[in-house]
Amino acid sequence: MKKEELPQDKSKLADFTRELLYVKNIEGQYEKELSTGWDIKSDALNCAWDEIARRTNFAKESVAAGSKSPVFYFMELNLMDLATLAAYTGFWKWSVKRHLKPAVFKKLNHQKLEKYAKTFKISVDELIHFDGTN
Amino acid sequence: MERTKGFEHTQTAHCENGVAVGLFRHQGYDYMSEPLVFGLGVGLFYIHVPFMKINNGPAISFRTMPGEIFRRGAKALGIEVVRKKFSDPSKAQALLDEKLSSGIPVGCQVGVFHLAYFPKEYRFHFNAHNIIVYGKKDQQYLISDPVMETVTSLNAAQLEDVRFARGPLAPKGHLYYPVNVQVASDEQLRKAIKIALHKNAWWMTRVPFSFIGSSGFKYTANRIRKWPKKIGLHESRLNLGQIVRMQEEIGTGGGGFRFIYAAFLEQAAAILQDDRLAGFSEQITKSGDLLRASAVKMAAIYKGRNSEQMYFNEIADGFDEIAAVELETFKKMYKMKF
Repeated sequence: MKKEELPQDKSKLADFTRELLYVKNIEGQYEKELSTGWDIKSDALNCAWDEIARRTNFAKESVAAGSKSPVFYFMELNLMDLATLAAYTGFWKWSVKRHLKPAVFKKLNHQKLEKYAKTFKISVDELIHFDGTN
Repeated sequence: MERTKGFEHTQTAHCENGVAVGLFRHQGYDYMSEPLVFGLGVGLFYIHVPFMKINNGPAISFRTMPGEIFRRGAKALGIEVVRKKFSDPSKAQALLDEKLSSGIPVGCQVGVFHLAYFPKEYRFHFNAHNIIVYGKKDQQYLISDPVMETVTSLNAAQLEDVRFARGPLAPKGHLYYPVNVQVASDEQLRKAIKIALHKNAWWMTRVPFSFIGSSGFKYTANRIRKWPKKIGLHESRLNLGQIVRMQEEIGTGGGGFRFIYAAFLEQAAAILQDDRLAGFSEQITKSGDLLRASAVKMAAIYKGRNSEQMYFNEIADGFDEIAAVELETFKKMYKMKF
């Protein structure tokens, strides 16, 4: 990439940093140059967040409809999958999968609920009282 | 406790290169640069792992395994590296404090999801980010994050959070620093560069799996062609978006990695007085340019402008071209006699 072709588009990096790239100068030699961003990348990032919003919304509706437990919603909200949530809580993956069922979730003891609450950085109250309608 | 003496922050395109550059320079390697570390660390790579998914999308990487660039780079220069992992966060903090108080800046592997100073939009569950902790002042740890223009800081709880992020590639408090650094002689450096070039060419052309090395671009091309029919437009769009993020996003840079490697080849050509390497540098630059061009085409699809099969074919053809360019270059480089 030539130095003069390096995009300087607005991006979510604005208040954080410019990023460094290696570009060719007029003499055809590599040098370092800073960039504020590239629209192509911003679009890819937005696309990823749209999908996260879609998944989170679906999770919320599932909890409201009574087909999934609040764990499912907070898992999606925290961009986690079963493996990551299992790693954070210390439960087995299949246990986490069971805890996504409302009937199983209702029977969880305080200690287990606390592990989820701590992972999601919320209180146990917030976790058990989430019903997908608020 | 004060900051370690005279630590200088260096911004780089990629975090692991940056930690290596920062720590090696601090130990007397004044000429150390990101392209040199990346090249000596045999950093350039391509892999499309079949049957595996990351964030519900394809598992693709444009660089070697996390940690390998630093490890191989240090080894090539004869630098000894001390590494520690912990199960107990308080022990992890104690050793960090001890090193800082004796004036040694250290590299730390961290997760990005809880990394307080990162913009929220960039915080995914990625656990192989690398930073340098170079001091402690007023209960704040002084942080040199190589992808940033300036230094930053974290408090003890924030640092513990990211050092003990969990999930795939969990850092487990991973901390590392070079010891007894002797700056390599010119002769040693020349030798190390030759070996690293040969090894990188081996990885790109000689691994007998089609999804590893430069031929991996062909593997991805074949997948891309099949996506619209096989998984539908919505998933195809997400997958392409993920490729672009893996490829170009801050600290990952697939096209970016090609340019770093091309810069390394340019330096190697000067150090070894060998024009053939300058030619290879041009070819790898071309590969990086092709990757960026394909990102533009992929964007047209995930933004919803294009959706027909022909556009997927066009992107796949671009990936085939990248495979051809890189295979030709690295095959020549593999056979090269110095």
